[in-house]
Amino acid sequence: MPADQAQPAPAAALTRQFKAGLSAPICLTWELTYACNLQCVHCLSASGRRDPRELSTQECTRVVDELERMQVFYVNIGGGEPTLRPDFWDLLDYSVAHHVGVKFSTNGVRLDKRTARRLAGTDYVDVQISIDGATAEVNDAVRGTGSFAMARRAMEALAEAGFGEFKISIVVTRHNVSQLDKFKQIADGYGARLRVTRLRPSGRATDTWADLHPTAAQQHLLYDWLSARPDVLTGDSFFHLSALGAPLPGLNLCGAGRVVCLIDPVGDVYACPFVLHEKFRAGNVREPGGFTRLWRESELLLRLREPAAAGACASCGQFDACQGGCMAAKFFTGLPLDGPDPECVLGHGERELARVCLPDRPRPGPGHSRRTAPVFVPLGRITARAAT
Amino acid sequence: MAIDLHRPYRLNPAVAVRPEPFGALIYHFGNRRLSFLKTRQLATVVRLLASHDSQWPRYTAALAALADSEVIDAR
Repeated sequence: MPADQAQPAPAAALTRQFKAGLSAPICLTWELTYACNLQCVHCLSASGRRDPRELSTQECTRVVDELERMQVFYVNIGGGEPTLRPDFWDLLDYSVAHHVGVKFSTNGVRLDKRTARRLAGTDYVDVQISIDGATAEVNDAVRGTGSFAMARRAMEALAEAGFGEFKISIVVTRHNVSQLDKFKQIADGYGARLRVTRLRPSGRATDTWADLHPTAAQQHLLYDWLSARPDVLTGDSFFHLSALGAPLPGLNLCGAGRVVCLIDPVGDVYACPFVLHEKFRAGNVREPGGFTRLWRESELLLRLREPAAAGACASCGQFDACQGGCMAAKFFTGLPLDGPDPECVLGHGERELARVCLPDRPRPGPGHSRRTAPVFVPLGRITARAAT
Repeated sequence: MAIDLHRPYRLNPAVAVRPEPFGALIYHFGNRRLSFLKTRQLATVVRLLASHDSQWPRYTAALAALADSEVIDAR
């Protein structure tokens, strides 16, 4: 039954309502293209090359029309690098004009004085610039040579154009966790807001996660740092850390299919932006009924809204705090979905990981990496490129 | 903040209200804040503010007159 039809008055807590799903997503990620000028070693969508099946401009505006009817208040646009689409700026204007606010992530490649001024003059647009190191050395090892300087130029352009508070977005890794204060200084220097999110073993990070994800000791540091800075945004991505003490601000549960979902560049709808895998694909917006029908009737999404079994975590006193952690993190590391998160702060995940047979792990599909894919080499060694 | 119910209120034009099984979700496009109305009754009150904003002072004036003539008593 569509969620907006008459139902008994609620008695349950709001989080329980969220688990049962909403009439439309709150947090909808829409990746506009698989094309990207960068080849970050941890790219969650394994982007690089444009897919010839990507939604046309007209198909994109039809999706916006649907989102307007569903009252999806805003979309989180990403990619790939969304600004590489020639129709990006028109789609942005179309969306805002149809009461769907836009928050987009970019590596900064198309942000210059002209585009920054255009953005500063548009209401209901938030811009998020990604860096993964507070120095070129740490950032470029993951995101590629020159990417730090490019992002800083984009930040300068936005600040100079008077855009106001943009966001600087960091994925926490083993190599940048010691730079958190420095990231905060960079953001404060621009009057920008810092956003810090969790690295998931998705896309190209299926292969690099083991080398990049923070150590157990670093997770404690991160929890303390975030707890002391409630003004730093987290995308509610660190709820697995809530087992360390008071919960971090935000929604402390997996929102996949409940409040969150993803539309990928070819129109495929996934329950979560971090699991681009056939097993979590609800359908395609090109099918009859479009996105609306999928959100309300897809068997996959309806199943994800049912109460999840605590499984191996049932006997753990912290289950209410961490809810078993992140579905994507478990899935791509080969752990059972009803067991501990691979980064469980009590160490249960690490024990489970030791038992996983690596070749049996789910793979994220062919992806859109360029044929010459980047290879992550820990700092201090020369970055090599290998043909795959 | 205390609210003065003698003054007329309306929904801010930058605000959208989305009905939900538990009440409603509210989004303010200006300050980007998301709010939750946790009962359907509260959602109805807020929606009526939007549609009857010009009538609100008339109701309070009428109720004041009814109280003056002791048709209604303070509980």
